Order: sequence, then C-alpha cells, then structure tokens
Amino acid sequence: MKKNIIQNLGFFALFLCILTTLFFLGSIIYFISVRGFKVISWEFLTQGPRLGMTQGGVAPAIVGTFYLTLGAILFALPLGIACAIYLCEYSPKGFIVNLIRISINNLAGVPSVVFGLFGLAVFVKFFGFGVSILSGSLTLGILTLPLIISSAQEALLAVPQSIREASFSLGATRWETIKNIVLPTALPGILTGVILSIGRVAGETAPILFTAAAFYTRGYPKSVFSEVMALPYHIYALMTEGTHPDQQTAIAYGCSLILLFMVLAISGIAIFIRQRQRGIYG
Amino acid sequence: MDSGIKIKSENVDFFYGKTQALKNINLDIYKNQVTAIIGPSGCGKSTFIRLLNRMNELVPNTALSGKIYLDGMDIFDPFVDAVEIRRQVGMVFQKPNPFPKSIFDNISYGLKVNGIKDRSFIEEKVEWSLKKAALWLEVKDRLCDSALKLSGGQQQRLCIARSLAVESKVILFDEPCASLDPISTAKIEELITELKKEYTIVIVTHNMQQAARVSDYTAFFLMGELIEFGKTQDIFTKPKDPKTEAYITGRFG
Repeated sequence: MKKNIIQNLGFFALFLCILTTLFFLGSIIYFISVRGFKVISWEFLTQGPRLGMTQGGVAPAIVGTFYLTLGAILFALPLGIACAIYLCEYSPKGFIVNLIRISINNLAGVPSVVFGLFGLAVFVKFFGFGVSILSGSLTLGILTLPLIISSAQEALLAVPQSIREASFSLGATRWETIKNIVLPTALPGILTGVILSIGRVAGETAPILFTAAAFYTRGYPKSVFSEVMALPYHIYALMTEGTHPDQQTAIAYGCSLILLFMVLAISGIAIFIRQRQRGIYG
Repeated sequence: MDSGIKIKSENVDFFYGKTQALKNINLDIYKNQVTAIIGPSGCGKSTFIRLLNRMNELVPNTALSGKIYLDGMDIFDPFVDAVEIRRQVGMVFQKPNPFPKSIFDNISYGLKVNGIKDRSFIEEKVEWSLKKAALWLEVKDRLCDSALKLSGGQQQRLCIARSLAVESKVILFDEPCASLDPISTAKIEELITELKKEYTIVIVTHNMQQAARVSDYTAFFLMGELIEFGKTQDIFTKPKDPKTEAYITGRFG
C-alpha cells in the first residue's frame, strides 16, 4: 500500500515536470505568435525596410538568414561527415584519436561570440573575404561542425558491427562497406544532427555580428561576397538601436515568428527525409 | 566420393594480444563434406573459422603463425588479396545479419561489389540463389520489401543465399542456428545437407545433436587445442580421447 503511494507520488512529480516544460514551450509559441502576427503581412514578407526600420518588411533579412544557413550546412555537413567517418572507421584507435575527439567535443562548448571574433580575424581579414555571406557561412559552419561530427559519430557507432562483417565476408572492401552499407544505415541518425544544427545556425547572432551581418542593405545580396541582413541580428538591432522603440519592438516579434517558422520548415524537410529512410531501412 | 582436401591448416597458432587462442592446429577440411567444429565456449572454434576467410584481420592486436591453404594456395601470403579469399570463402554468422536493404538488394550487393553490372544477370542470380537457399517461394512476391521484415529463420536463409550468389566455394557457418527456433533450425540443417553436394561446409556448433546430424567430419576443440578429429560417426560412437568422450556425453561444457 505504502509502496503504491510512493509510486504514485513519483509519477505525479514526473508529470508536473513535463507540465512545467510544456507550459514554457507553449507560452513561447503563444507570445511570439500573438505579437508577431500583428505585423505580418504580404508586404512584411516581400519588401525591404523603409523609414528607419519602422515601415516596410524584412525580406532581405529572411533571404540573408536562408543563405547563411544554407552556406553553413553545405560547408559543415560534408566536412563533418567525412571527419566522423575517418574517426570511426579508418583511424587507428589510440591516444591521438581520443585527443582529437576530446578537442572536437570541447570545441562545441566554445562561446559563439568567440567564433565570431575568430571569423573576423581569419575569414574577414586574413583570407580577405570581407564582411560577407561567405565569411558568415564559414564561421557558422565551424561553429556547428562539432555538433555534426559528434552526432554523425554516434550514428556510425550505432551501426552494428555484424553487418560490416557481413559486407566484408562477401568480398567488399572497407571503402565499399562504408559507402554502401554503413553510411546509408547511419543516415537517419546523421540527419538528426543536421536538424539540430540547422536550428542553432539559423538563430545564432554572435558569429555573424562581425562577419556577415549588416543593419541595413539596399536590396538583396548580389554574390557570396555581399554583406547581408539576417533575422537574428535584425531582431537584436531593432531592440537596441533606432528611435521608434514601439514600432521596432513589434517588428522584432514579427521577425522572431518568421525565424521560428523557417527553422521549423527546414527541420521539417530533414525529418521527412529521415522518416522516408527509416521506412526503407526499418 | 571426391575427398580431396579443400582447406589445410598447418601448425596454426593465434594470439589475441598475449593470450594464445589457438595452439598448433593441424586440420584438413575435405571438399564437398560438412566438417563440424565442436567444443565448449571459448575453446577457439569461432576464432579458427574466422581465420579461414581472414576475418581475424578486422580485430586489432592479434598475431598468427602457421599456414592455411585454400586449394593449395597460402591464404595469408602477402600477395593474396583478402577480398578475393572472402569471395571464395563465404560466411554465415551466429545472428542473422541482413543489410537494412530490400531482399533483392541484400543478394545483389555481393554481385555489385564484385563488379557485376548486367541487370538481367543479377536478376537471374538473385532468383537462383534464393531457390538454392530454399527461400524463393516465400519471398518471390516481395523482393522489394525490407529484409528486416523477414523472420529470423528466413533472414538466416537470406544470409546463406547472399553468400551463394557470389559463388563461394566454401561456406563457413558460425553457430548459424544459435538464435533460431527448432523449425527454422531444421530447415537450415536440411539446407546444409543439400548444399554440400556443391559446396564445402564448415560449421561451428554448440549443439552436439546438430553436429551428429549434419556433419561428415567432426573436430573437437578444447582450450585452443584440437583434441580429436575424425569421421563424425567415429567421434560420436568410439572417441579415442577420454576428453572427447567426456564432452560428447555431456559431462562438461
């Protein structure tokens, strides 16, 4: 009898925890939506800002965030997967590889503003890419590399050794085994890492602060060497600068809502691909 | 009866790090016969058959001495390609391990990595292998389904078919029925008996009745040593070594 009461209390406590989490999650979506929807219109989505950010839309920032995120993923995904394959499948197990692993994991803990300064020093100045989509994408890519590498490593390690052996036993080389058996099996897990990193990349402000973002651009970026507006930085700018705080705050909520939707949409595509892969392989 | 020697093992020692897993193994495996390897857990029987297709090379920090010949060719010769050995010496594992692909792709994979691209040849070969492995009737209408949807016994026969497709000459079975129910086990045993007409078979098993049922020759391993080797009926009816007798009558192991 007493044991049952303790059990029920335990489950109730767990239930309260999930309820608290859901409350915060729900209120984020609620407040952002309610305040954001007020300013969202066709004009808001398709026009550039006018009259000192208080009128018009945020289309250049939407486009900029899209380019930066896409660029970062295009750079970090192949590189990250390649590193993970090397670490898991090829490299001899030992001290050095462990050291590399620990370093990569530590890289994930470096504050993003430090990545921003690094990007400024290396991509903007040293390579001379200037404040541009290219510099910003590369900085964001490096920021997200550890996340992609570690999730890809986990996905690769989860592929059972027995199907690798089966492949070898049929006369496949190590390379053929990785390409045809290990990678396709690990793909859903790798995509999970990509989904997480997309969310992070799209929302990061600090790394693009000195490397890509502009407070205001006339029209859309013309090449990878153009500086761009980006949603997270735009929100930051609206809330800290300018002379019409009320109107600017409303626009900032609109931007937040769009950012939320963009992340959901990009993640949705990745989730869709993952589910389809599971359908085939599960 | 063709009783030529297919695989010959000469003075084979094998080490995992400093631990000696096999001690001076001399064993002949005859063509078109089923050779069973029995012995308690940890006696080195799985280690031994993993040498026969060079799977041991996937485990780091091991050492080998002695020679193993396949049709008179030293398989550990530095000029011999492990990939070629593994194509000729197929392997079926303890737990069914189909690839997470369709039934068709499971079989065609081995052909593709061996450089065969002709679509109609591949289709013929898939059907041929599945028929040989007594699985065709059960799967012919769902070749595009995931192999993971098959039952354990069907998966194991798929793994056998996969190995047949690349035209292995020797098939190594590493406790193939350890995770299967009795009916699936009976089907695999029946299949082994059928396959020995064309293939040379080595089977590691914990199940003494199974060894007695399917094999022509039996080797008894204990603590990394080959204690006794001979015709299965001799081993099971009049073993020469008292340790063999103790094991097959169930006094240990």
